[in-house]
Amino acid sequence: MAEQHESALAEVRDDAASRKRFLKMIGGTGAAGALGILLAACGGDDEKDSGSGAASGTTSTATQKAETDNKGDIEIVNYALTLEYLEADFYQQAIDSGQIKDKAVGELATRIGANEQAHVEALIAAVKSLGGTPATKPMTKFEEVIAGGPDMILKTAATVENLGAAAYLGQAGRIQSKEILAAALSIHSVEARHAAALNSLVGRGFKGDAKLEGSIPDGPVAVPMSMDEVLKEVQPFIAS
Amino acid sequence: MNRSQLAAPELAAVEISGISRGAFIMRGAVAAGAVYGAGAVSPFVRQALAQEGGGDAEILNFALTLEYLEATYYERALKQVKGLSADTKKLATEIRDNEMAHVEGLMVAIKDLGGTPVKAPKVDFAGAYASEKSFLKLAVTLEDTGVSAYNGAAPGIESKDILAAAGGIVQVEARHAALVRLARGQTPSPEAFDRALEAEQVLEAVKPFVKS
Repeated sequence: MAEQHESALAEVRDDAASRKRFLKMIGGTGAAGALGILLAACGGDDEKDSGSGAASGTTSTATQKAETDNKGDIEIVNYALTLEYLEADFYQQAIDSGQIKDKAVGELATRIGANEQAHVEALIAAVKSLGGTPATKPMTKFEEVIAGGPDMILKTAATVENLGAAAYLGQAGRIQSKEILAAALSIHSVEARHAAALNSLVGRGFKGDAKLEGSIPDGPVAVPMSMDEVLKEVQPFIAS
Repeated sequence: MNRSQLAAPELAAVEISGISRGAFIMRGAVAAGAVYGAGAVSPFVRQALAQEGGGDAEILNFALTLEYLEATYYERALKQVKGLSADTKKLATEIRDNEMAHVEGLMVAIKDLGGTPVKAPKVDFAGAYASEKSFLKLAVTLEDTGVSAYNGAAPGIESKDILAAAGGIVQVEARHAALVRLARGQTPSPEAFDRALEAEQVLEAVKPFVKS
């Protein structure tokens, strides 16, 4: 797989183009507030998953109204944002560590890291479009994995990508907004691509030997994971 | 999105013969229209949608047609492509088995919804079976198109259960896409966000292989 890697320049260009398309999909940065207001005006009254405070009085501004009405989706997008922050940070640290010597593997890690960073930026915009406040970047704990060398780094990446794909799949049916659903789907399949590529690269079979291992770990139909299940798996990598 | 942005623009030139367009044109296109703005839906598609009732069964029949196409592609490749490497043979076998499982699962789901599963289209992939290289090349196109087809159609699905199933399938299509891309020495994730194709665009992309 050494050949046919697009140049770094093409990568930036492509990522910028697809980011623009994504922003268009979720209503654009400029129209972001308007989308939230529109959704609110259309009367989303079925945020059953929202926890406390959803009905805390009528608010005076449209943004606050959007935030209340979109509470479920905001929570989901912020959850995805936290996972993407984690992934983006991991690839950044892995690349910065200089542990990955193989050129092709390094290029793949760089590309995947760039994808995750693009997801972070898009999800921040998505939360804002819903009238919410983007989650803050978590403090991460990848020191041990990175000190473990390239093999451990790539195996961890492969597992985390399977987790990411399962996490997105677990939320698809809970998303209220069609725009947010379309956006989540366009990320979900990219996480799946990362997962398959990395699991294959580290020599795991289609079905791996353990949970979250393998390039097609669940067979013909992928299995989703709930928020609780996913957060439990990523806990070791979160410092705060 | 114009023709040049299709997964395989070179495939979009052949005239369609025989397949029911009605079966392809469904709510997914409405969803795509909602996502990309009403201007993205052509008058033809709007007209077709007005005639077709839409519904989850039609979306699944659209998916079923693609899965038939894919399953047949790998099944025949395993018999016809000479000199496949052991790795490629293993991958093609796994993907074929997955696609066949998708066909069966979709047929059951369509019947559960009270619909009638479409028949397998007659297909011709002859040119792609000349070598391992040409086989992998079209495999990439088919898998990438499959991902975009599901991503485009899924927001139009009404049932949460059907949406979950479609999500579980598209994830596996994306995994196939990455693995055949790796086998070709291509980057597994060419873009940070996979595209969503409208049903009509998918139809255009695959029709060169459909004989009837």
